[in-house]
Amino acid sequence: MLAISCAGLSSGLAQRDPIAALTPADLEQGERIYKAQCALCHGIDGGGGTGPTLQRPVLTRAPDSDALYALIRGGVPGRMPGAWLSEAETWQAAGYVRSLGRVESEDLPGDAAAGQRLYAGKGGCTSCHIVDGEGGSLGPDLTSIGDVRGARHLRQSLLDPGAALPEGQLLITAVKKDGGKIEGLRLNEDVSTIQFRDGSNRFHSLRKADLRELRREFGKSLMPSYEGSITGGELEDVVAYLASLRRKP
Amino acid sequence: MRRFPWAAALTPALLLALALSAPAVQAQVSFERLRNAAEEPGSWLTYSGTYDGQRFSKLDQITAENASKLRPLWVYQVEDAGQIETTPLVADGVMYLTEPEARVTALDVKTGRRLWTWQHVMPKDVLTIGFGRTNRGVALLGETLYFGTLDAHLIALDVKSGAPRWNVKVAENKLGYSITAAPLAIDGKIIVGMSGGEAGIRGYLDAYDAKTGERLWRSYTIPGPGEFGNDTWGGDSWKTGAGATWLTGSYDPELDLLYWGTGNPGPDWNGDSRPGDNLYTCSLLAIEASTGKIRWHFQFTPHDVHDWDSNQIPVLADLRVGGALRKVVAFANRNAFYYLLDRETGEFLLGKPYSTQTWAKGLDDHGRPMVIPDTEPTAEGNLTYPSLQGATNWMSPSYSPITKMLYVPVREMGSYYFKGEAKYEPGKVFVGGGERRLDGDKAWGALRALRAETGERVWDFRTPTPLWTGVMATAGGLVFGGSNEGSFFALDAASGDLLWDFQTGGAIRSNPISFLVDGKQYVVTSGGRAYFAFGL
Repeated sequence: MLAISCAGLSSGLAQRDPIAALTPADLEQGERIYKAQCALCHGIDGGGGTGPTLQRPVLTRAPDSDALYALIRGGVPGRMPGAWLSEAETWQAAGYVRSLGRVESEDLPGDAAAGQRLYAGKGGCTSCHIVDGEGGSLGPDLTSIGDVRGARHLRQSLLDPGAALPEGQLLITAVKKDGGKIEGLRLNEDVSTIQFRDGSNRFHSLRKADLRELRREFGKSLMPSYEGSITGGELEDVVAYLASLRRKP
Repeated sequence: MRRFPWAAALTPALLLALALSAPAVQAQVSFERLRNAAEEPGSWLTYSGTYDGQRFSKLDQITAENASKLRPLWVYQVEDAGQIETTPLVADGVMYLTEPEARVTALDVKTGRRLWTWQHVMPKDVLTIGFGRTNRGVALLGETLYFGTLDAHLIALDVKSGAPRWNVKVAENKLGYSITAAPLAIDGKIIVGMSGGEAGIRGYLDAYDAKTGERLWRSYTIPGPGEFGNDTWGGDSWKTGAGATWLTGSYDPELDLLYWGTGNPGPDWNGDSRPGDNLYTCSLLAIEASTGKIRWHFQFTPHDVHDWDSNQIPVLADLRVGGALRKVVAFANRNAFYYLLDRETGEFLLGKPYSTQTWAKGLDDHGRPMVIPDTEPTAEGNLTYPSLQGATNWMSPSYSPITKMLYVPVREMGSYYFKGEAKYEPGKVFVGGGERRLDGDKAWGALRALRAETGERVWDFRTPTPLWTGVMATAGGLVFGGSNEGSFFALDAASGDLLWDFQTGGAIRSNPISFLVDGKQYVVTSGGRAYFAFGL
């Protein structure tokens, strides 16, 4: 049975997030429920399928615990059926779903404060990334990157950005009929057109029929590798800073 | 009965006057009209257009020369949010469609304006285990429309008003049975299949009396004790063997045979509890329409462990195979192989892969796959092509007797397949595992043209993501298709060249149709939450 007790709720803890009160046994039960009822559409690891990926810190339709609870019970009209679960089971499932997008805190060797200075200074990261609303917008928003990426992944992103691309970040090269090339990040595409932002964050919309070639540059990124341009210690500092960027409770 | 206050005002004299002033239209969609639907291309009378499942329109006003001039003529927005997978029907100036989740609507084909709509009240606790809350359309016979519901009812509505005529329970939804497929109307009978292959159901196909709703026969897709094929199941596993019949089949009136695909065995990805071939799952059944007796079967994927349902459209055609003209059924299967079978006997004539697959070395002389060892799901995940959703799925292919090509919506995608525990509980998910798709840009789609007589690929029209949209070829030398990105397009049927496309603004998850309005050819597709009619 679920560990959150009604007594707890009635004794002044009503404001507490019920997901935070789940025990490991609850989460195990939540995993069983997830695999039986949710995985068919959202993927066995939450990576998405017919339904969207759940491996993200903030779910679009369920940004907080109450919304997630309501979503699991009520479903999304026409898209996702509501689950037939008890209140306790719903919280267990919600807890497991929340865990899919969360990376546990690790003890890291780096100095996060030094990492933040490097991020804003020598690293030049702010020119392309937003943290808490500040920074350039060519690359992904890093405000809560620590919730979804562990240290290993963060190191890889800094040293070999193309090998660790997040979902939807595809670099394309459009070669026009006159030979002119534009490189950019794909925003959207259909059978006859493509929309993308170039390295200067300028928007383009082109008809494929007007192109000589359209290359999808899998495994490549507009972000430069920091291999060789920062020391091993500096790398660990930046990783520690990025890992500390988590969603505020 | 609920009475309507205005009905009292309809005196016999007034009714007579109304009847005389009504326009002289064909009022009956008789079985003869359905049988000869190919000779009436101005209408779209059955799910696939014609009983043979070809989804081919003989209309030829829109051609490669003028397709670039196609423009939207009207748009109809559905009432409630949800996914549209419906193929509309068109007869005598009216279009009939289903809307999410259980609404039937009649539209004026000239304007897209609604004539009537009727909604089935769905119980709040309706179960849809293993599939989206969707519906693929109605059947039309005489003066009546027929449609199935997620809570597994078959409902007959008056074609002029939408008023219910009868409503029968086909199956027990609390056990996971549902109806998503459009029924098929034949001579006096309504044939309906059911969904629920992820809930440990025992699948069947039913026939109902079109007038009364009385059940005429039930043909189980999983043989019971003492029946042929029951020994292909270990122990009692046949009881939860699945084999759902969740997509509309085809019909050969001359042979009086229905051709209906069956779905996965249950549980999907863990086959330990069901040793054997698991007949008649992942099969094509030829069923006598008059009796419900299974005349022959062909199993595409024996002992399936990847959820490769054979719920695709069987395409009936007369093709030259091995030098002789044969009555065949052509079948592009979810398992990535293309098959030709003799439709009188079920004899395997030809089979070859039409899409990336890594699970079989090929097919033997009887069409049985030569399975590559270690391709089944594992606890750690085993990468196999095609993905769980298959090389194709429920969306319709189209056969053009002019080009002799079969146009198939293809999904080029692999999956890591996982094996898990499976314990049957009534009305619960019974799958035993799952998948992790090779997603994003590692996967892509194509509208693929195959030479129907050989299975050889002629051309590909690539789409950014694996397709979920059906196809329609026309006598104007075109193939219409759509994409997840909302593009509705016309291709040159011979070359696959893109001639025209229109951005509908939402994913296209249905099959296109064509018909005439005042002598002019229209093409209709869904896109997002709307239907779009195009013409010159």
